[in-house]
Amino acid sequence: MTNTAVASAVAIELRDIVKRFPGVVANDGVDLTVRTGSIHAIVGENGAGKSTLMKTLYGAHRPDEGTIRVNGAEQSFRSPRDAIAVGIGMVFQHFQLADNLTVWENIVLGDEPGSWYRIGAKHARTKLRELGVRYGLEVDPDALVADLGVGQKQRVEILKVLFRGARIIILDEPTAVLVPQEVDELFKSLAELTAGGATAIFISHKLDEVLAHADAITVIRAGKTVGEVPDPSKVNSHDLAELMVGSELPSPETRESTVTTDVALEITGLSVATPGQAHKLALDNINITIHRGEIVGIAGVEGNGQAELVEAILGLEPIASGAIELFGHDITKASTGDRRHAGIGYIPEDRQKDGMVLSFPLWENCALGHQRQEPYGDGRWIDRAASLARTEQIIREFDVRTPSSDVPALTLSGGNQQKLIVGREMTSSPKVLIASHPTRGIDVGAQAAIWEVMRLARSMGLGVLLISADLEELIGLSDTLHVIYDGRINATLVPAAVTPKILGTYMTGSARTDDPNLTATAAAAAAAAANGADHG
Amino acid sequence: MADTTERPLLDRLASKFGPNIVAPVIAAVVAIAVSSLTLLAGGYNPVRAFTEIGKVLWSVESLILILNRGAWYYVAGVAVAVGFKMGLFNIGADGQYRLGALFAAYFGAKADLPPVLHVPYIVLIAVLVGGMWAAIPGVLKVTRGVNEVISTIMLNFVATGISAWLLGNYFRREDGTLLTATKVIPISGRLPNFNRILSSIGLGLPKGSVLQGYIVIAILVGIGYYILLFRSRFGFELRVSGENPAAAKASGVNPKRMVLTTIILSGAIAGLIGIGPLLSDPTHYKYSDQFPFTLGFTGLSLALLGRNHPVGIAFAAIIWHAIERGTQPLTTKGFPQEIGKILQGAFLLTAVIVFEVMQRRSQREAVRDAAVKSSVQVEAAPA
Repeated sequence: MTNTAVASAVAIELRDIVKRFPGVVANDGVDLTVRTGSIHAIVGENGAGKSTLMKTLYGAHRPDEGTIRVNGAEQSFRSPRDAIAVGIGMVFQHFQLADNLTVWENIVLGDEPGSWYRIGAKHARTKLRELGVRYGLEVDPDALVADLGVGQKQRVEILKVLFRGARIIILDEPTAVLVPQEVDELFKSLAELTAGGATAIFISHKLDEVLAHADAITVIRAGKTVGEVPDPSKVNSHDLAELMVGSELPSPETRESTVTTDVALEITGLSVATPGQAHKLALDNINITIHRGEIVGIAGVEGNGQAELVEAILGLEPIASGAIELFGHDITKASTGDRRHAGIGYIPEDRQKDGMVLSFPLWENCALGHQRQEPYGDGRWIDRAASLARTEQIIREFDVRTPSSDVPALTLSGGNQQKLIVGREMTSSPKVLIASHPTRGIDVGAQAAIWEVMRLARSMGLGVLLISADLEELIGLSDTLHVIYDGRINATLVPAAVTPKILGTYMTGSARTDDPNLTATAAAAAAAAANGADHG
Repeated sequence: MADTTERPLLDRLASKFGPNIVAPVIAAVVAIAVSSLTLLAGGYNPVRAFTEIGKVLWSVESLILILNRGAWYYVAGVAVAVGFKMGLFNIGADGQYRLGALFAAYFGAKADLPPVLHVPYIVLIAVLVGGMWAAIPGVLKVTRGVNEVISTIMLNFVATGISAWLLGNYFRREDGTLLTATKVIPISGRLPNFNRILSSIGLGLPKGSVLQGYIVIAILVGIGYYILLFRSRFGFELRVSGENPAAAKASGVNPKRMVLTTIILSGAIAGLIGIGPLLSDPTHYKYSDQFPFTLGFTGLSLALLGRNHPVGIAFAAIIWHAIERGTQPLTTKGFPQEIGKILQGAFLLTAVIVFEVMQRRSQREAVRDAAVKSSVQVEAAPA
């Protein structure tokens, strides 16, 4: 597109960026060069360190090591304000808009002209219309943000950074929330922008759209830059995927089926209200049956009810209606403690928030969630010696790399923290395992180890509920696959017969199998569409 | 790890002696420096002032007084610390022990029981009233979401009002004196002191000095607090709730029940504070308008200074009253007595800050250490 015209000028140059968080090295020597006037894609798996890198660039935090150059000048951002001053603006994945204000009010919010009685409405409206026409980002300046659709809200976000004079725009997974037509419009706008000399950087893990729209691609894996593609027309999605995951990546394939007819967990007619919005259901009449020896996968775009499902099964939040049975016993009214004691193991999505106490030693973290049962205690007292012994066993068997069982959990890397959690759940003789994004943000080695544990759990006769955003993982491990969309299960699929592409069509709600009239045609259409795109 | 000689002094000291020693020492140095400068600015001689303080403290009488008062302070510190450990700010320990002591004094003086029953009876009343008074902000928090900081502070005023009204109208002794006080607790209801034991082993105390038996109660409270916190399942859940409420909930802790239990426990321990003056101090043995007040607020400082740890609070309590005791007679020597408050304030602030800084540094170092190791692991993993 524009790469020949301004090939020489470099908008952004990052060298050897290192950023550490407790337990994780999010960026470990990332290099990035972005040409002025180009659309630059950054691809990588979940947890590869893309968002961390963008936050560094946007001034949201400072890197531990490395240099940032913008238009040739070295920069050290103390805050996003410094970044916007040199023309860098960020569009977040989760919109940062005030719903109860109009579009133009949102645009000027935080950037008012500095007079106590005037907030520049006229100027804002004119400039908004102007920007909208020029870049194909038309939005009514006087519309209430609450009334806008997702695509339009994103436009407002982009307009906001343009309004502030950004010439380098970073978009964090901009297409994750958009429907296909909106995706096309977005990239059309970005092309207009870059044609006018602006630079766009976007994060994605959707390889097809990256190949179709980016002028250059940088691939990040495990916090490192592993590939730079200056000319995307020379690569295909297979090459990119290999770069992203590394060719030595083991596959999450399960072997022969171990599914039995014994029902481990049965969820019937489960509905959960959205907090604060009684009329809107976060989960609407969910029915899921998990048998012993079965992994039931839940696919879906994040925020479609997965979190509420987990909370309902564990009894963390009240439900509106429905019943949950564990091996025939109704646990709908049981407390979280009783449910966990009855044998529900839990691998939470956010391990540091819900799964551990970072300042506590490993052995106390192993007891967490099992503090009422042997060997950690008798319900009244904590048995320190037995807990330590069990922790040693978990460290050994699950290959947790740590100097001792007495160091605080915050000294472990993310992968080792996760192995510890998986280990403590598996050694506490669970009957059902709820695994929410069990391999999110961890390194390849730990990921393989956790897949192995999931298979082991299955062969031991556990019922496993697997929620994941990694479609390969879902398809590879699951025996049954449900797709959740807008609080409902809109498709139940046989993993062997689906590809990530087909799954994707169900996840966006554009196809469904639960409607008897549509089942055959929609599935066929989805399969056809997927095949067409996949083998292109 | 990095070469020790290149690390900052603070880190080197910390790794050699541990933050538990370094922080208080630094705090003491800073506190003495700050108060010396204040004295100098006011035209006083700090060396003479500290010599006087040293002279006062260097006596058996002072030691006994510090231990006696330190025991009251210790229980106050533990009462507040239980709440702090769970992330609850019980600012209401003051009202809780005040009401507890008033009821215990009134009913305790009325009762006619043998010593083995009389003391537990009085203690039980104080603990129950303290716990019940603390249950009010607990219930308000759990059912209505009322912030316990606000409600406990406000309930202190209510407790002051109620206790003054009850004492003036119902619980006051009717013996014609002008003193507003309850009847004196009979001997059967008092805690024995250590004087006889000490003199029997040849450690006779100076005349007028009494080593109060309440110290035993304070020690038992400390041991109980330690066992509860670090050995029991409830204490484990309490600490998890304080550090990470989300993880506590996921592990099966009922957050509302935990809030209610903890604040009642905190109030019940607060109820024990008043037992010190009531059953163990010869100048009291009764509840009156001369009763030691504001011990609950001192407890807040001590929990903070002692980092909510049973041993830390003990040291904090002793240092706290040592400063008070040492600076008490300064006025008679021509020095401003406020120097005690300056010493306490500077000591508390410096200790808290130094501790926090050291903790963060050592944590960062541990993380960096682990981060370096784990990045090596990623490379090694495929092999």
